Amino acid sequence: MSRENVLVSAAWSEENLQTPGVVFAEVDEDTTAYDGGHIPGAVKIDWKNDLQDPVRRDFVDREGFEKLLSAKGISNDDTVILYGGNNNWFAAYAYWYFKLYGHQNVKLLDGGRKKWELDGRPLDKEEVTRPATSYQAQEQDLSIRAFRDEVVEAIGNKNLVDVRSPDEFSGKLLAPAHLPQEQAQRGGHIPSAVNVPWSKAANEDGTFKSDEELRELYAEAGFDGSRKTIAYCRIGERSSHTWFALRELLGHEDVKNYDGSWTEYGSLIGVPIELGSGKES
Amino acid sequence: MTNGCGAPAQGGSIDVSTTETVLEGKVLSEGTPVGGAFVRLLDSTGEFTAEVVTSPEGDFRFFAAPGSWTVRALHRTGNGQADVSASGPGVHAVEIAVA
Repeated sequence: MSRENVLVSAAWSEENLQTPGVVFAEVDEDTTAYDGGHIPGAVKIDWKNDLQDPVRRDFVDREGFEKLLSAKGISNDDTVILYGGNNNWFAAYAYWYFKLYGHQNVKLLDGGRKKWELDGRPLDKEEVTRPATSYQAQEQDLSIRAFRDEVVEAIGNKNLVDVRSPDEFSGKLLAPAHLPQEQAQRGGHIPSAVNVPWSKAANEDGTFKSDEELRELYAEAGFDGSRKTIAYCRIGERSSHTWFALRELLGHEDVKNYDGSWTEYGSLIGVPIELGSGKES
Repeated sequence: MTNGCGAPAQGGSIDVSTTETVLEGKVLSEGTPVGGAFVRLLDSTGEFTAEVVTSPEGDFRFFAAPGSWTVRALHRTGNGQADVSASGPGVHAVEIAVA
């Protein structure tokens, strides 16, 4: 997998805003940023309202995904460029989700909204409407999605990559430090997991580090390239960022994202939990 | 439904429980609040912990823990950072000047 196939720069993007067959989509949990100014021509995807089932804790189903993309005016042949705030967490989640439903031509805008804004590139408030399409999705590709039983079975034999901050990993915090700490589940991490915070894969401006830096980062943390891998975080978006780095940038073949992540695992009855740094002292 | 990990709205006032350690303040450029700045919370070793975007009034807020922290702001007009020491739970104020 080469970087050019999965990632585009802000400069390339600005030059291709009008290119036929290229659709920009901003993905965020909080879409007020989009409403206040977005990349010209970009459609809005609301992580919570568009991508999550409104009742059950799960994604919208295949039919729901088809309806969403059809309404947004995205066709099967379009190259979709995803970007968003929070260092592209939700955009990376959407990227994984597009792949899950079989859309092949999807890329991330490197650095997302942050890089775009820091560069002082144009944003506008024009309402974006595209002619509706008849989008056809595939069945979910479960080779990239992990469920809880598989995660429990993976303890000690697959790479489990916990991408939360060290304090969440150790059990000191239950959520990232920009959120109130009021979750009910237990703190800690899955035994045998290595802690490589998602942020270590990114530069300060939100762009991904080089392949060489990324290889070194995971090797140093004890990531075993010969083993299968499951990445997780709290709810599955920061781990999508790491899933992207491991599978799409570094080319590791069997990498799954566990979207249930800590909010599911930390609430299960009877599963093993490890506290502290996880390193032998 | 599980909420995502996106940051809540910055600014305004919140009720802080007796156990929470909150770091909050403004990003300023020559004394004027800077909205839309990216503020990164770094721990005592300089490791990234969290990031939020300032409100139009330049406000940011983190839910941290007692200890020494650095808050670093990035904006297209310039960057800046400040150190803050949180001795215990409560609200700890800090301002960041960008240039």
